[in-house]
Amino acid sequence: MRPLRRFLMRLVNTVARRRDDERMKDEIEEHLALQTAENVRSGMSPGEARRQAVLKFGAVEAVKEQFREERRMLFLENLVQDVRYSLRMIRKSPGFTAIVILTIALGVGATTAIFSVVDATLLHPLPYPQSEQLVSIADDLPGVGAQDVGMSEPEWQDLQHSGIFEYVSPTWYDDNNLTGSSRPARVSLLIVAPDYFALLCVKPQLGRTFNPEDHRPGFTEEVVISDAMWKRDFASDLHVLGKSVRMDTDLYRIIGVMPPGFQAPGGTTRDRNIEIWAATSFYGPPLADHPPRNRRNLPTAIARLKPGLTIPEAQSRVDALVASLQKQFPADYPLQSGWRVRLLPLKEIVVGNVRQPLVLLLGAVGLVLLIGCVNVANLLLARASARGREMAVRQALGAGRERLTRQMLTESLVLSLLGGIAGLTILFLTKDFLARLVPESLPRLNDLSISWPVLLFALGASLGAGVIFGLAPALQATQLDLTHTLKLEGRSSTGSRRQSRTRRALVVTEFALSLVLMITASLLLRSFWDLLNARLGFNPQSVMTVRTRLPYPNDPKADLYATVSQQAAFVREILRRNRALPGVEEAAIGDFGAVPLGHDRDNQTPPVPLILEGRETGADRSPLVDASVVTPEYFHLLGMTLLRGRLLSDFDNENAPEVAVINETMAQTYWPNEDPVGKHLKLSPSDPSWATVVGIIADARTESLENARVPEIYTSLYQTVSRRVAHHLAIFLRGNVDAAAVLDQVRTQVQSVDPTLPVFGAEMLNDTVSASLAQRRFLMEIVALFALTALVLAGLGIYGVISYIVSERTHEIGIRLALGAERVDVMRLVMGQGVRLAVTGAAVGLVGALIVSHLMAGLLYGVRPTDPPTFAGVALLLMGVALVACYVPARRAMRVDPIIALRYE
Amino acid sequence: MKQKTEVLQGTLALMVLKTLDVMGPVHGYGIARRIEQISGDVLAVNQGTLYPVLLRLEQEGAIASELGASENNRRARFYRLTRAGRKQLRAETRDWEQTAAIIGRFFDAKAEDLT
Repeated sequence: MRPLRRFLMRLVNTVARRRDDERMKDEIEEHLALQTAENVRSGMSPGEARRQAVLKFGAVEAVKEQFREERRMLFLENLVQDVRYSLRMIRKSPGFTAIVILTIALGVGATTAIFSVVDATLLHPLPYPQSEQLVSIADDLPGVGAQDVGMSEPEWQDLQHSGIFEYVSPTWYDDNNLTGSSRPARVSLLIVAPDYFALLCVKPQLGRTFNPEDHRPGFTEEVVISDAMWKRDFASDLHVLGKSVRMDTDLYRIIGVMPPGFQAPGGTTRDRNIEIWAATSFYGPPLADHPPRNRRNLPTAIARLKPGLTIPEAQSRVDALVASLQKQFPADYPLQSGWRVRLLPLKEIVVGNVRQPLVLLLGAVGLVLLIGCVNVANLLLARASARGREMAVRQALGAGRERLTRQMLTESLVLSLLGGIAGLTILFLTKDFLARLVPESLPRLNDLSISWPVLLFALGASLGAGVIFGLAPALQATQLDLTHTLKLEGRSSTGSRRQSRTRRALVVTEFALSLVLMITASLLLRSFWDLLNARLGFNPQSVMTVRTRLPYPNDPKADLYATVSQQAAFVREILRRNRALPGVEEAAIGDFGAVPLGHDRDNQTPPVPLILEGRETGADRSPLVDASVVTPEYFHLLGMTLLRGRLLSDFDNENAPEVAVINETMAQTYWPNEDPVGKHLKLSPSDPSWATVVGIIADARTESLENARVPEIYTSLYQTVSRRVAHHLAIFLRGNVDAAAVLDQVRTQVQSVDPTLPVFGAEMLNDTVSASLAQRRFLMEIVALFALTALVLAGLGIYGVISYIVSERTHEIGIRLALGAERVDVMRLVMGQGVRLAVTGAAVGLVGALIVSHLMAGLLYGVRPTDPPTFAGVALLLMGVALVACYVPARRAMRVDPIIALRYE
Repeated sequence: MKQKTEVLQGTLALMVLKTLDVMGPVHGYGIARRIEQISGDVLAVNQGTLYPVLLRLEQEGAIASELGASENNRRARFYRLTRAGRKQLRAETRDWEQTAAIIGRFFDAKAEDLT
C-alpha cells in the first residue's frame, strides 16, 4: 500500500515538475518579450531593450527556485533525489553496506523480538473485556505479619453486597482425580463462584457457563471444561454437553467448553492452565453449613468493579467497609491483627513477577542496539573522512550545509531502514524458533506476533538508530574547512582533529555501554552460579519422585481415606510395594509440600498456624509456618542431617503420642535461647492434643533455593497432627531406578491397591531443582549473549579507531622512526592511545553499571550489586579485549618502514 | 531578509487581487506594469517575484489562469479573479483599512500628545 502510494507520488511529482518548469519558462519568456517590446517602443535598441528587461525582471533562477518552492515539492523532490543518491552509494560500496545493514538488522531484530514479548505481556491489557475493571482481592493481617491469608465465606458475601463490585468470585485451585475414562488422571480444577465467567465476560465456544444467580448450597454439579481437555479427552465431540465426568468419585455434568486460547488469570503456569471449572457458593455440604467469619478458607478472589469506579475509589470504599465490619464483629477481627483487604489490578497478579526481568532484557537489548549504532557511526565517520573532498567540492559549488547534512542523514536513514527491514525479515523467519526459547512460566496472554505496535516499534527503532548513528557523521562531514580540504590536492584527505575526537568519544561510549552490559550479565551469572552451587542441605542425587492423589469426595462417607488409620494402611502398603521395585534402595512418602523446591508449581500445602504451649494466641494471631507430612524414611532418603534429639520413627504411629521434627531456623525463631526438644505445639487451634518436638534437623533449601532459612516443621503421615490427612502424596524413591519406566511401575503398584488413583509427575529430584532455576537461567543466558555481542562490537570498534589512527599517523610514525625512535616506543604510543580510550570508557561505564546493578538488585542472589570482584574482573576483561584489539594495529605501526611511509603521500 | 520578502509578498498579493478586480483578466506583465505605475518602486526591480505570488494565489483558489493571446499575438497566460478571490479581496481590504485607521489614529494621537 505505502510503497505504491510513494511510487505514485514520485511519478506525479516528476511529471508535475516538468510541466511547471515549462510554464514558468513560458511566463518569463512572455514577460520579457512584452517588456522588451515596450522598451523598444520607448526608443531603445533591441539588444539594450532586452538587457534592460532582464535586469528589471531580477534573478531568474531565484524566481524559478521560489516558484518551485511554492509548488511545495522541494522537500519531496530532495528526498527522492537523496534516496536515489543513497541507493547509488550503497550499490557502490556493497561490503560497507552489508556490515552496516547486518549490524542494524541484528540490533533491531533482537530489540523487536524482546519488545514483542514485552508488548504481548506487559503492554497489552488482559484478554478480557473491560479488563481494567478487574481486580484481585487479597486479605492481609499485617498485625501478625501475614499476607494473602484468604477470606471467609461471610466476608465474600459482604464484598458481594457492598455495591462496590459487579461480581466477586473466590478462586480456589484444586486438582481432582478424573476417573471413568480409560485411565485415572489428575486434572487441574478451579473452584469458583457461579459469577466467575460473567465476571470475566467471556463466552464459551460450546454450551453455556454458570448462571451467576445460581447460588444454591454446595457444588452446582455443573462443570465447564477447557478447549484442551475437550480436544484431548472428548476428541472435540460436539455432543459433549450433558456428558458426565467423575471427579473424586462425584459426578458432574459438562455444560460448556471454553474457547481455545482462553486462560484463567493467574500468576503461575498452574493457575493459568485450568482444565475444569466447578462452581459453588462456598457453603453447605460438603463445605461448612454456616462458615464462621474467621475461617478464611477461600484462598484468593477476583472481582469486577462497578462501571465507572476506579481502583483507588473502590479501595477507599472497601477500607470503609472493613472498618465498619471490624466494629461490628470485634471478636472475629481483633485489632492487633489489623485486618486489611487489598485491591490489586488483576494484571499485576498475572504479569507482576515477570515485569522486572522483561524490562531488564529490553534494556539490555537496547544497549546492544545502541552499541551497534555507535559502531556504525564509527564506520560512517571513517567513510565521511574519505568523502571529505566530495563534501568540500559540493559546498564550494554552493550546496547548503543544511542541505548536505540532510543528504547525509537520508543516507543513514536509508541504511537503517534497510537494516530494520532485514532484521524484521530475520525475526519473521525465526519467529517459531524464538517462541520456543521463551520459558513456559511467562504468561503468554496474547499470542506473540508481529503486530502493528511491534512493526511500529521496529520502524521507530530503525529510524532512531539511523538518526543516532547518522547525526554525528552528517554534522562532521559538512563542517569542513573548505580551503584546507581542497588544498590537500592529491593527498589522501585526513579527517580533522575534531572528527577524530568524535570517533574517540564514540569508542568511549561503546566501552561504557559494553561495561554496563557485561557487569549486568556477570552479576546475573554469579547469582545463578551461586544458586547452582548453594549447599542444598539435602541430596537430590538419584532421587525420583512420583505423585499420586487421594480423592476427596463431597460425601464424607464415600471417602476411603478419611481417617489417619485408613490412610496409614494405604501408605504402608504402597511403601512396601515400591521398595520391591527394581533398583529401588529406599522409599519414602510425603505430601507435596515435602518435595524439595517442587511446590512452587504445585502448592497444595498452604502454611499452617503454629500454636505454642504456654503462648497460645487466637488463630488469627498465630504465625504461619510451612509444614510437611512425611514417613520416617524421608529424612534419611534425602540425606538431611539431624542436629539434636531424634527423627520420626515407625513407632510414632496412630496410637502413639504425636511428635514433630523442626528445622534449625524454626528452633531459633520460636525458641531462642531455649531447647525446643520436649516442647509442645499444635498446628491447628482445634487439635485436641499437643504434639511434642522430638528433634531438630539442619536447615535445607527445600522451600526456595534463594533462602535456606525458612522455618519448617515435619510430622508423621501415621499421625494426625493438625487433623489433616494429606491427600497429595509424593512417593520418593532412591536408587538406580529406570527413570523412563518408573512411572508405569509405580502406577501398577499404586493401582493394584486402589485402581481409581492417578499416578503422575514422575521427576528426578535433580530436574526439579534445576527447573526451579529455569526463568533465572533464561534471563541469564540472554543477557550473557547480549553482553558477549556487546563485547565483540566494542572490540571491533576500538580496533577500527586505532587502525584508523595508525593509518592517519603513518607519515608521522615514519618521521619518528627516521629520527631514531625505538619501535617499542611507537608501539607504546599506539597502545597507550587505545588503553586511554578503554580506561575512560570503563570509568564512565562503572558509574552506569552501579546505577543499573542497584535497579536490578531484586534479581540478584548471594552477590551484592556493588560486588567489587565482579566490577574489577569485568573491567579487566574489557581492558584485555581492548589491548588485543589495539595490538594488531599497534604492531602494524611498529613495522612501518620509514622510507615507504615518507614516500607514501 | 526572508521576512521582508514575506511582507512584500503579502502586500503584493493584495495588490494583485486589486489589480485584477479593477482591470479584469490580464497577463502577468500587465499586472506587473500596473503595480509599477501605481506603487512606484515596489516592483521597479525584481518583477519576477510576482510570479511565485501569482502561483500561490492560484493554488489557494483566489485567482484562475488560462492561456490566451497577448497584444503582440504571443501565447500568454491570463489571470482573472475568482469568486473566492473577490471575497478575499473584500475581506482583506476591510482588514487593511481597519488596520490603517487604527495605526493612523495612533500616529495622530502621538503627534497631539507631543505638541
